[in-house]
Amino acid sequence: MTYISHSGETRQVAVPVGDSVMEGAIHNDVEGIVAECGGACQCATCHVYVDEAWLPRLNPIQEDEDAMLNTTASERRPNSRLGCQIPLTKALDGLIVRTPPTQQ
Amino acid sequence: MNGVVIVGAGQAGFQTAASLRMAGYDQPITLIGDEPSLPYQRPPLSKAFMAGKHEIEATALRPLAFYETHRIELVTDARVTEIDRLSQSLTLATGRRIPYDALVLAVGASNRPLPVSGAELEGVCYLRTDREAIEIRQRIRSARDIIVIGGGFIGLELAAAARGMGKSVRVLEVQTRLMARAMPPILSEFYRDVHSAEGVDISLAVSISKMNGHRGRVTEVVLDNGATYPADLVLVGIGVVPNVELARVAGLSVANGITVDEHLATQDPSIYAIGDCADHPNPFAANPFAAPQGARVRLESVQNAVDQAKSVAAAILGRAETYRAVPWFWTDQFDIKLQMAGLSGGCQEVIARGELESRKFSLFYFRDGRLAAVDSVNRPADHMIARKLIASRSRVTPEQVADLSVDLKMQAETGAGM
Repeated sequence: MTYISHSGETRQVAVPVGDSVMEGAIHNDVEGIVAECGGACQCATCHVYVDEAWLPRLNPIQEDEDAMLNTTASERRPNSRLGCQIPLTKALDGLIVRTPPTQQ
Repeated sequence: MNGVVIVGAGQAGFQTAASLRMAGYDQPITLIGDEPSLPYQRPPLSKAFMAGKHEIEATALRPLAFYETHRIELVTDARVTEIDRLSQSLTLATGRRIPYDALVLAVGASNRPLPVSGAELEGVCYLRTDREAIEIRQRIRSARDIIVIGGGFIGLELAAAARGMGKSVRVLEVQTRLMARAMPPILSEFYRDVHSAEGVDISLAVSISKMNGHRGRVTEVVLDNGATYPADLVLVGIGVVPNVELARVAGLSVANGITVDEHLATQDPSIYAIGDCADHPNPFAANPFAAPQGARVRLESVQNAVDQAKSVAAAILGRAETYRAVPWFWTDQFDIKLQMAGLSGGCQEVIARGELESRKFSLFYFRDGRLAAVDSVNRPADHMIARKLIASRSRVTPEQVADLSVDLKMQAETGAGM
């Protein structure tokens, strides 16, 4: 999958199926994802903007995530998600996300 | 230049190294830990890992390559025996001497041992490290009668995980209510009901007399009142004591932890202490004696570890600012997510937002008329807003928080005032 930073830097990394978009970033030292709580849906610091083409293939937003997304440091957009709440599947091979200007 | 040496490779130590590099610090960084693993997160050990939701590898904060890429020398399985403040160096048990320009003590805390006979029996376990978590999870799987000693966060998280695996679980707590140190009676009662409904037996106001065993393995727990419970696994979570010995021997001031000022520096300006071991002034604590920097507290949390690490990194880079991050905590037990913002000690007024029966509510705590803390049960949006309200010293009123039609987000954005 691919992470594109706010400044436009692109990182393409291999993330195992089952790992989350957040874990893929942390394990590959991708900048722009903080993940302070380590994936417990507690901190809203793994906020990403998902490339529109991929939105229909994502798992739906749960209530917790929806509430946390209302409090992100960078503005919430229709394609906002928390990286820790998107587990990668075969259908998401090639996923593209953009990281926001700030997470905190 | 000898650079920065960090003792303790937990969340605080790791974050110090990471934040220094992120800020462009280009001198050597040495991160010394006393465990064999790569630095990892502890919160999931009693939660997602214990419940079997993920494996231990997922707790690593970063892969090994991170430390290589960022030129952070990671020294694992190492014990620091001495700090020599005069020569600004420390010594490892192996005899290696490491000089420093700045030293960060992120040495954490140790589990308080249960001072009764039989505590050394096999099957009596404490949780702090990843390896202990692996062992406990295995033992829970094969256990029949599990006794949890201590009805605090760790004890109750372990009880919930074990019950979730279908085990018989009894919690023994010496206080008259659960999580008494961190929570008001109303939440203690709520959690007692939650655990009882899930089938966890809870005994309050009881103290342990001894544990009996057979062939070196624990078989039962005996209370002071004579009651005896069979047990083939005893999980002890009765609090921690900060690791202050290294600092004390080095002549640094210690009290409830290593004493630091509002910049997290000890009285030796080249030595800092952060995380679970740091006794620091906190502007969000109750302050009955009106200490100018805030009353002194010691906090055991990811938030405190991470924010103090960032603060110390800034101080080392010559950009010291008073530490003033809003404390927050969380605990997951069964399907209940509790998020706590602020410090509720010394609060006189508690207002509920939402109905307790709905299992979605927040409690707002007011100290001297001002919002000081919020505990949110399955209301994550309240929690995030609470952090902003508390940080900005909001003038939000008890009437406003009690009224579900009042949008607190608006208050967070507009209602600030010192």
